Amino acid sequence: MRRLVFALVCLAAFSLGFAREAAPLAQDEAVEKRMVTISEELRCLVCQNESLAASRADLAQDLRREIREQIGQGKSDKDILEFMVGRYGDFVRYRPPLKGTTFLLWFGPFLLLVAGVAALVIVLRRRGRRVTATTLSAEEQKKADELLQLAENDKP
Amino acid sequence: MNRFLLPLGIFIVLVAFLAIGLNRDPREVPSPLVGKPAPAFELPQLHRTEAKFAPKDLQGKVWLLNVWASWCVSCRQEHPILVELAKSGLVPIYGLNYKDQRADALKWLRQFGDPYALSIVDAEGRVGIDYGVYGVPETYVIDKAGVIRYKQIGPVTQDALEKTILPLVKELQK
Repeated sequence: MRRLVFALVCLAAFSLGFAREAAPLAQDEAVEKRMVTISEELRCLVCQNESLAASRADLAQDLRREIREQIGQGKSDKDILEFMVGRYGDFVRYRPPLKGTTFLLWFGPFLLLVAGVAALVIVLRRRGRRVTATTLSAEEQKKADELLQLAENDKP
Repeated sequence: MNRFLLPLGIFIVLVAFLAIGLNRDPREVPSPLVGKPAPAFELPQLHRTEAKFAPKDLQGKVWLLNVWASWCVSCRQEHPILVELAKSGLVPIYGLNYKDQRADALKWLRQFGDPYALSIVDAEGRVGIDYGVYGVPETYVIDKAGVIRYKQIGPVTQDALEKTILPLVKELQK
């Protein structure tokens, strides 16, 4: 019984939370959809690992309002992204533009991958050479057999 | 022995990178506005609501724009430093009262002292967006030509004031 009450309270709390968040969404579906698409591309600077679309921070709400208004003014998605980057820098974009300062960000992982593969190839080649060097010529084989025989004879 | 040198070298480089990375504050995002003209605005003043203020009123002066709010906890941390700075008269501080209630803001200034030449009211945070404000308090150093020369993100510390802000202000006032 207590569990049931607890579950109901949780459910009520959840539905309340959703009800409050959903309020501004109902106005114009097309605008809302575009706003969400744009804001999913943008990082919320207050809680940096959330997108502007997902964040509940005050600033995120203001910026969503700003995006909504700019859509209303007929601005293109590109204009709106530029507006945000002009104020908060490339960092607000989850997919920053390709340029000098972001070169390492885009290609660093691939450079590391290439370096890793190169290192692996070099190590494997060296190891391969070591293995082939251990085969014996007929003469060496004969000598080894003799030595082994000697060792056998020495045994008590 | 030699075969351990390369992995050890790579390890040391990795540790160095991690040490630098972990000691940097991820909340400090460099502002693209540094080096650009301070965005124009015209907003009512906090004390005299009928009077307006615009950054162009301060052409020819070096000044600080400090974004503050009564609800902002770290603002209390920097406030005594700003009050001291205002007393020294080295540089005028203008306050941008960001997304605040007027009564709360006035009470806050009475309680902790008012270091501002004047405060302006940005009730909806629109000017804040133009200035790329994302974490109050923030402080901008604006030069005689109205260009933003530096942005302090988070509270102004004694250290930041003495090592960065004041030397820059002196340089700009020349």
